[in-house]
Amino acid sequence: MKKLVNNAEDVTVEQLKGFGLAHDEIDVHFDPNYVCVAAPVQDRVAVVSGGGSGHEPLHGGYVGLGMLDAACPGQVFTSPTPDQMFEAGKAVHGGRGILQIVKNYTGDVMNFQMAADMLRDEGIEVRNIIIDDDVALKDSLYTAGRRGLGTTVIAEKVCGAASLEGYDLDRLAALCKKVNIHGKSMGMALTSCTTPQNGTPSFELPEDEMEIGIGIHGEPGILRDKIRSADEVTEILTDRILDDEAYTRNLSEWDPAKGDWTDVEVTDITLQKGDEVIAIVNGMGGTPLSELYTVYAKLADLTARRGIRIVRSLVGNYITSLEMAGVSITLVKTDEEILRLYDAPVKTPALRWGM
Amino acid sequence: MTETLTTAVTAPMVRAWIERSAKVLADNRAYLTELDAPIGDSDHGNNMDRGFKAALEKLPEGDDIGAMLKSVAMSLISKVGGAAGPLYGTMFLDGAKPLAGKTSLSADELAQFFDDAVAGVMKRGRSDVEMKTMLDALAPAARAFREEAAKGSDIRAALKAAAEAARQGMEATIPMQAQRGRASYLGERSIGHQDPGATSSHLILQAFSDVVEEAAQ
Ligand SMILES: Nc1ncnc2c1ncn2[C@@H]1O[C@H](COP(=O)(O)OP(=O)(O)OP(=O)(O)O)[C@@H](O)[C@H]1O
Ligand SMILES: [Mg+2]
Repeated sequence: MKKLVNNAEDVTVEQLKGFGLAHDEIDVHFDPNYVCVAAPVQDRVAVVSGGGSGHEPLHGGYVGLGMLDAACPGQVFTSPTPDQMFEAGKAVHGGRGILQIVKNYTGDVMNFQMAADMLRDEGIEVRNIIIDDDVALKDSLYTAGRRGLGTTVIAEKVCGAASLEGYDLDRLAALCKKVNIHGKSMGMALTSCTTPQNGTPSFELPEDEMEIGIGIHGEPGILRDKIRSADEVTEILTDRILDDEAYTRNLSEWDPAKGDWTDVEVTDITLQKGDEVIAIVNGMGGTPLSELYTVYAKLADLTARRGIRIVRSLVGNYITSLEMAGVSITLVKTDEEILRLYDAPVKTPALRWGM
Repeated sequence: MTETLTTAVTAPMVRAWIERSAKVLADNRAYLTELDAPIGDSDHGNNMDRGFKAALEKLPEGDDIGAMLKSVAMSLISKVGGAAGPLYGTMFLDGAKPLAGKTSLSADELAQFFDDAVAGVMKRGRSDVEMKTMLDALAPAARAFREEAAKGSDIRAALKAAAEAARQGMEATIPMQAQRGRASYLGERSIGHQDPGATSSHLILQAFSDVVEEAAQ
């Protein structure tokens, strides 16, 4: 293992220290670990997210004006614990409740639920909305369901803007759900990655092979194949997204009337001719931008041929797996509301426009 | 040797259980992490070791079994993270709820503890047996405990039966295809591997049986 690490056990804390020193508008708290906007949240819904470390800039890099109010980083590739979200939630609660945006990984879902239960005991209203946009996984009944990928970034951006516009908690939760069912992603890896704790790659990938349908924790994907050209790889990912059929599954949500968690049936949209989308061509941490733009060129061609228009795009590292080389593509179908909120000003370490 | 019946589990036995669990999980740290490599993310042993070390460190003095188990739950919830933290945390938390203030437990109370613990894991994990998880060890163990205890109220015999049921349940996860947790992403590729969570559950139940057995001798 060759890494800029002092002590494998301290990587999360050490990066948080640097993060706080580098960004004045963000406060960093330790024990439990969380980062939050330095300016108090007043009279609007607070938007909070979190997950394992190693996906930077997700989530801490998206804390700031017009996006997240707080983020809770776990150990590398391990979900954070409820005490982190509990303290972060109390710190940023602005009197109008908290929206927690949660990627669909078993650990994340359960830890955020426990945190929501703890915050509710303090009299704070909380809604958890799950992002599960990974089209690589077909089935939800016999698996933990689709994983959360790039749509998470768009959900955080759009919901942060909506909070500033004054959306109440119910409306904000509904919006977040809409972004989730409008978003589809799929990823692939050229190389594996190594967590500092384990010191060896999480899977072996020979020089001439690629792994298709990966998540973001260095877990293997759904299939392995000989490496192909950029165009061919882009086509595999894009076709799977464009051809994805309406996906129906049960997601766990808090039911305020019942006062308990319940399963709610949710069905994705399918992408149609005439749709307008936000596109992300996302590096996994170790992919040169030049390669990502090569992928983008093919993506633009493939979508145009299907009559789908990319109206906004992000090309770069937005949700990563340490030093992994590879790419994931995300398409989120927009409408007037999503596009307006996406275009609203944002000022975070990793995403900044309009101000 | 005359066999004496064990009709109550005392606070020192519960304390010894937590101590033994922490030791056994530390001893098996590498093994559990190895089991988690092919069907998970190679961290289960690290997670359990870290969690039970913290649980042991924070274990309150005194004879209140409910308070002890609740403290274990809170340590696991705040120190383990991942999937196993909330699941084992909920298991101890829900199991301990009716035990507040109790300084010893009858066979009936222990049977209830196991049932509540299993129900808690099922609810938190939205899971059931046969999904290749810790429940495949825990649920048969809870059932075996209740059945054996009903025969003659001997807690030693009942815990032995529970640990044996957990061992069988753990082995039964090998041919299963995972339907929950990280392993489920692998689909059929999860078949042929023993579930790490079921293995740690067996270790914890075996530890309980062992310390009660030793206390009786
Ligand atoms: N929904 C569930 N219900 C019951 N048990 C589960 C569920 N999901 C996972 N498990 C159990 O958890 C074990 C894995 O625990 P582990 O400590 O490795 O967490 P993890 O899934 O790797 O989470 P993370 O990577 O976020 O740390 C599995 O072997 C399985 O027994
Ligand atoms: Mg694991």
